[in-house]
Amino acid sequence: MLIKLTGGRVYDPAHGIDGKIMDIHVRDGRIVERPRNGERIEQEYNLSGKVVMAGAIDMHTHIGGGKVNIARTLLPEDHRMDPVAHTDLRRAGCGHAVPSTLTTGYRYAEMGYTAGFEPAVLPMNARQAHLEMGDVPIIDKGGYVMLGSDDLLLRMMAARKDQNAINDYVAWTINASQAMGIKVVNAGGISAFKFNQRMLDLDEQNPYYQVTPREVLQRLSRAVHELGVPHPLHIHGNNLGVPGNVETTLNTMGGVEGYPIHLTHIQFHSYGTEGDRKFSSGAARIAEAINKNKHVSADVGQILFGQTVTASGDNMAQHRNHAAGSPHKWVCMDIECDAGCGVVPFKYKDQNFVNALQWAIGLEIFLLVDDPWRIFLTTDHPNGAPFTSYPHLIKLLTDKTFRNEMFSRISPDAQAMSTLGSIEREYTLYEIAIMTRAGAAKLVGLHDRGHLGSGAAADITVYTDDADREKMFAKPDYVFKDGELVVRNGSVVKVTWGATHAVKPEFDRAIEKEIAKYYDTYHTVRMEHVKVTDQHIADDGRGHVQVQECKGRRERTA
Amino acid sequence: MENFTQAATVESVTCPFCGLLCDDLAVDRDAAGSLNVSKNGCQKSVTFFGRLPRAPSPRIAGKPAELKDAIAKAAEILDNANLPLIAGLGTEVQGMRAVMSLADKSGATLDHMNSNGFMRNIQVVQNSGWQITTLTEVRNRVDLLVVVGTDILSVFPRFFERVVWNKESMFGQDTSTREVVYLGGRDIDTSAGIAPDGRKPDVLPCDLDRMPDVIAALRALVSGKKLQATEVAGIETANLEKLAERLKAAKYSVVVWASAPLNFPHAELTVQNITELVKTLNNTTRSSGLPLGGIEGDMNANQVCTWISGYPMRTSYARAYPEHDPIHFSTDRLLASGEADALFWVSSFNPDRTPPTTSLPTVVFGHPDMKLEKEPDVFIPVGMPGADHKGIMFRTDNVVSLPLVQLRSSTLPSLGEVLTAIEQAL
Repeated sequence: MLIKLTGGRVYDPAHGIDGKIMDIHVRDGRIVERPRNGERIEQEYNLSGKVVMAGAIDMHTHIGGGKVNIARTLLPEDHRMDPVAHTDLRRAGCGHAVPSTLTTGYRYAEMGYTAGFEPAVLPMNARQAHLEMGDVPIIDKGGYVMLGSDDLLLRMMAARKDQNAINDYVAWTINASQAMGIKVVNAGGISAFKFNQRMLDLDEQNPYYQVTPREVLQRLSRAVHELGVPHPLHIHGNNLGVPGNVETTLNTMGGVEGYPIHLTHIQFHSYGTEGDRKFSSGAARIAEAINKNKHVSADVGQILFGQTVTASGDNMAQHRNHAAGSPHKWVCMDIECDAGCGVVPFKYKDQNFVNALQWAIGLEIFLLVDDPWRIFLTTDHPNGAPFTSYPHLIKLLTDKTFRNEMFSRISPDAQAMSTLGSIEREYTLYEIAIMTRAGAAKLVGLHDRGHLGSGAAADITVYTDDADREKMFAKPDYVFKDGELVVRNGSVVKVTWGATHAVKPEFDRAIEKEIAKYYDTYHTVRMEHVKVTDQHIADDGRGHVQVQECKGRRERTA
Repeated sequence: MENFTQAATVESVTCPFCGLLCDDLAVDRDAAGSLNVSKNGCQKSVTFFGRLPRAPSPRIAGKPAELKDAIAKAAEILDNANLPLIAGLGTEVQGMRAVMSLADKSGATLDHMNSNGFMRNIQVVQNSGWQITTLTEVRNRVDLLVVVGTDILSVFPRFFERVVWNKESMFGQDTSTREVVYLGGRDIDTSAGIAPDGRKPDVLPCDLDRMPDVIAALRALVSGKKLQATEVAGIETANLEKLAERLKAAKYSVVVWASAPLNFPHAELTVQNITELVKTLNNTTRSSGLPLGGIEGDMNANQVCTWISGYPMRTSYARAYPEHDPIHFSTDRLLASGEADALFWVSSFNPDRTPPTTSLPTVVFGHPDMKLEKEPDVFIPVGMPGADHKGIMFRTDNVVSLPLVQLRSSTLPSLGEVLTAIEQAL
């Protein structure tokens, strides 16, 4: 089956294509250079006047796993405001802050997204994360598995195990959890909270293991690099939400010996202590440091005003911040000497000084970081805002007049503390395509997605160019997933089931003996039962694992 | 592929018959498919795995019928119903996914057989949230275990063996020094709370229906309030004061409750007083709640329903989109009020959990040993997950899920297969 997309204006930053009018051919789900001699074009779409990009990729979105389901349980009132009835094609569900799984897939696809990555898969909860993502239709999925407060890693570090042993354990965990990478959340802090510590700074020792967050970050960033995992260590820093945490974040960038790292929802980690209220923007310093440190990338975690819910592995921070939540109800959990979670609803208000400044800080970071290949468009769904607000966020980034109008409406005290109004930059379509497609695919390690070159999966989104970028990005004309038309005029027309992306770094199998013994001694499940197999993901016939290439293990340490 | 016609011993079997999901069992299978727990068994696992393998025929109006005819009849009943109720829901995750799909298609309402107890917990989460923990944390951290209104033992036979009196723990704690306090209930079997060195647990008994007073008093004391009363429900205030002080002094106390025995009006408020006192303790030290559940697949039902519909149990698709109401959509109420007009009952783990008595058209998807007082319109025996077919099960802590394996060959269909066929026949 050959499809031709004719005459669209193409933005494909992976190949340096910036708004060139060209044709794209798709055969059996993949993009091909050109038809074979005499090959019949079975379907042609005239895209004259349309904008064509690869399908968008959300590289950090909480769409599956225990804390997401807790967030759903916590907010029935939010769901009641946004019921979604079934149709002949789609199943029923509900939306807003934390939509049901099926609604999540439909709505992502209807916005032109074709992949989303759950950033906080706990090894002990990985099966649930994949089960939930297995019920998210159309888009591709994947996750980053959490280490850094788990007893075994900290125990190994306290025992001064060599880097090879750490690498084996990290690789084993990625395999067992079917993950695309490693996430570390408040390194060592979730563990410290269980010993009743309430803050843990970068160079402060965990009260039990005598290990510092900096050491955890060094060990894990090096492990990820040496294992050849394409996605750099995904770091949720220490001291989330704490005024003055800009110092922690800057120290984190400098503290990993140059290994590649990704700092997630960096907006929540860019706060200074200036001004009457001892809360100020650290965006300029953060952006300057990102511009300078080429080993660092970040996603913003933009907040947008309204009701949402924050769901995080960082139960230390969530417990600290729960009093600011609204409505006032929250869940914190300690989980399996492995991790934790905290779920706190938030209602961000434009007249609240702190919220308004958070909003401005996020936008400042977007606009002050020079390289769109190293900064990513996220709201940390649902923590800063639901993913459905992305078109609005794109308009804020691409339209200075609109942005300044919004800026003029927020808390005047916050306006006085922000440079946002004086920033001239407007993101171009090419830059948006980098952030949400080419750059995201490269960062996550999706070798065949996020671009429109020959051999790529035909995940393609077609928009009608509109000066109102919010309108444009909210409702694509067409979305193709693996070559199939799944969305037309912003509505799902076909329900497909995407792949689950995973990497499978090699490791010395001998480590399984140690891990098995460790589980038998201390845990309540056996090691074998922690593993999520390919079969678990494919079992109901809706999904399958697509293995993305690891570059192979780099030189091991003596 | 495993040869199920040969006798064998299967190691590391997960037992789905209580919320602990112990996964260290060894199960012997003979050539006929009979199962016998040969290692790490308990009363529950021995009984449930030990039932003889049977594959009775489906029945329509009490008469043996072909599976396809029983499916067609069930589909007809579902088609004719205006407000079908799919209840019981004793199944594993994949079975529950099939339930959700069928409910969406047919406009059914969903409720689990344990919801009367379980919804007390859900209402607390919906109203104020909570701070809770999981089994491995308990196993390695608990220093003071407060057991509210239950013996734990009869629900979770290996609880103390596995997470309280375990010999080794991660952080060098001498587990034999752990303290156990039973709070509330009468004539509770507290033998499991005796430490390995013979040290007895503290027991503060009261009638279960006086738990609201006792828990409210304890919460007040933990919050630093003074009580004028010298006793509460027969428990000396001084003893409650002592308990409050111990909770405050403990480094990682765990307060355990089972919601089912708290069977008095507005027991959710008592659960909330437990969870709020735990929150208060966390202002200065660490403490966690541990609700006991995971029986007959109640965690599976709630988890799967929540991610697919957005809501936990007691959710209805009657209006084409999911609606949730913890009171309105209860099985008891929908049957008593006459609103439901057909009952579909699922119990694949336990033959004793039979449907409530009703004159409505009834379809039962049951354990093959199920003995029904009143013959339903359709009875379809289904395989038992974790013996007749594989599956996935959520544990009491709502976090860990474990794979269930197939242990023998069976001609019984899985619930998922039957429901998918019914959906296709609609």
